[in-house]
Parts: sequence; structure tokens; C-alpha cells
Amino acid sequence: MNNTELKKEILRISGVNVKKCMKCGKCSASCPAYDEMEFHPHQFASMIDNGEIEPLLRSDSLYRCLSCFACMERCPRGVEPAKLIEAVRLTAIRKQGANRMTADDVPQMLDDNTPGQLLVSAFRKYTK
Amino acid sequence: MGVIMKVTYFPGCTLKNKARDLDEYGRKSAEVLGITLEEPKAWQCCGGVFTTANDEIATKLSSVRLLRSAKDADQPLVTVCSACHNVVKQTNHAMKNDIVFRDRVNRYMAEETPYNGETTVYHYLELLRDVVGFSNVAMAVKKPLAGKKIGAYYGCLLLRPGKVLGMDDPENPRIIEDLIVALGGEPVIYARRNECCGGYVSAESPALAEKNSGKVIDNAAAAGAEMLVTACPLCKYNLEKYSSKLPIVYFTEILAEALGIKEEVNE
Repeated sequence: MNNTELKKEILRISGVNVKKCMKCGKCSASCPAYDEMEFHPHQFASMIDNGEIEPLLRSDSLYRCLSCFACMERCPRGVEPAKLIEAVRLTAIRKQGANRMTADDVPQMLDDNTPGQLLVSAFRKYTK
Repeated sequence: MGVIMKVTYFPGCTLKNKARDLDEYGRKSAEVLGITLEEPKAWQCCGGVFTTANDEIATKLSSVRLLRSAKDADQPLVTVCSACHNVVKQTNHAMKNDIVFRDRVNRYMAEETPYNGETTVYHYLELLRDVVGFSNVAMAVKKPLAGKKIGAYYGCLLLRPGKVLGMDDPENPRIIEDLIVALGGEPVIYARRNECCGGYVSAESPALAEKNSGKVIDNAAAAGAEMLVTACPLCKYNLEKYSSKLPIVYFTEILAEALGIKEEVNE
């Protein structure tokens, strides 16, 4: 898919209207993963609007988003950036061999207290 | 207290192993408070996280099956884990309000009658507040927490998205603080009580979880908290893994303690 098609796909999956964004930056200001992200929530909105999808698809930022819904809750325009990040992440991993995490990664994540919830959630986010 | 309500109770995957405390203290306390928890015979994991993607159907079906089983039993559905609560409530909201999604799910499941989001979903805390009533909880207290300074840790999944979960004010919640007061403790308000601990990202980036969890605990300790309570096994894991400054317990544990049944559960 080219960038125009990718943009269409991401807007379809997310249901977000990126044109509503007024670039206030509140989403990125409240993002608890901000320091670990190459592209921040407000950049997802503007880059998707500009059709710059390829750099987002390749970025580790997709896997740093905590899905904590802080950006969705606090956006004064109801843009819901987390839905955009989710849609780009899914577009990246809905491809043969593109899973971010495999069963082989599990042993090194485990300690005596690791809750099943951690593995289930991580697999839902990182694997198709 | 006599039985005031029978509910369908969904423990979820982690409450059957690493978070047994959250489950067992909750079950025993419900019994004392007149709530009968009926666990469905066969249930599936909720998946841990809700995906906001419109076109994801299969990942939400286990929650729909659960919601339907509560509807069939003509009971409200109660969850106690923050993550289950989030996934099940968001799925129910989608089944109620997103017509395209609902249609796809119902056509796939091909049941005789469609499911249209009819089930009422409560988090255990909402059950205490809205069905039992915190004043009745307070009356059932046998061993008050005697002014213990307790910080409520909400994290992300219990409150957000506020419009969908509808549990409390997502930026200035009080449901756990009100419970702490009912149990005779002293709630400690601190800024980071509704900020994420690092969640599932700790699987791949422990440094991020360490930083986030550390900030929560430092902030709570600086505000004077002597312990934190949570409803989420993953929050508890992350917070405990990265700091030993404060004890972290499930809210059902302080509930059982104040109701005077903690020892009974541990026998």
C-alpha cells in the first residue's frame, strides 16, 4: 500500500477524524511514555493527516504506547490519539512474520510473580 | 446481612493464579455483605486489553459471550480486576452503541437471539458503592483500619475512557477513597494516583515500567501514604517489582481485614 492508501486504512480502523486536531499538544504533555517515544501522540495525528505513514509503521513508538487512554481522556477536541496509534500498530503487525513478540520471548519475561495478565495483554498488543 | 443480590461474577485469568488474594478476599467479603457471586461454568479470558480498532471482532468475542451468559442468567455482571472491567465494559458499550460492530458480532455468533448490550456491568467497587452502599459497608466493619494512611492507586484501566466506563470522575476520582473512609482508614490524595504504572510495556521495556512505577510510589510516599491499594494485578506486579518503599495490597484485602474475616480466608 502507498501512503495515501495507508492513511485511508488507518482512518478506517481508528474511526478518528484527524482534522479535528488543533495541535495544542495536551496529548503528548500527558503521555506517560513520552520520553521513550520517537514520535509522540500529537505527531501521530499530524503525520497521519499529512500521509507520512511509513516512518510511523517502522517506529518503536508503536510498542511504547501504554494504551492507558490518558491522551483520549484529556484531548479537548475528542481526537483520541490512542486510537490512531492502535490502528498504526495493527497495520504494522497484520502482516505475515511481523509479530513483535513470539512465544520464544516469554521465558525471559518471567519471574516468580509475573501475572498471566501481563503476558496476555502484551500478546494482544504485539502479536496477531 | 441477608442476601440482597445474586450476580454473575467473572474472576478472569490472573485471579486463578497470581492474584488469588484479589479473588478470595473479594469472595468472602461479598458473602458477608449479602452479595452472592455466581461464577459462570465456562468462561474465557477477556484478553487483558481492549482494542479500540473498529474492525477487530474476534478479540472481543470472549467478552460478548460472558456478557450474554449474565443476560441469560438475568443478573448483572461483576468484575474485580481493573483490566477485565475495562475490556468487558468497553465491549458492552460497543455492543450497545456501535451498530456495525454489533451486527457483525451477532451474525458471526449466530445465536437465536442477538445480544445488544443489555447486561449491566459493575466493577466490584461500584457494587459496594451503588448496590450495597458504603454506609452499609461501614456498618459491617468489625476491625476498623484505625486511621491507617492509605493511598488509592487507580492507574489507567479503572477509570478511562471516562465516558465509556462511567465509574467516577476520571481526573478526580473518589470511589476508593470513600471505601477507605468507610473501612476506618485515612485516604491520602496524591497527584499520580490515576497515571499508568507501565502496564504491559514492562514485558518489553522494563525501564519504562520502572520509571513510571517509581514515580507513582515516590509521589504517594511523599504525600504521606503508608500503603497503596489497587484493583489491578499488573499494577501490583509493576509497583512491587520496581520499589519496595510501600506495601501494595488489593482493595479486597483491606476490605476483608476491616470486615474481620481476613484470617478466615487464610485458613
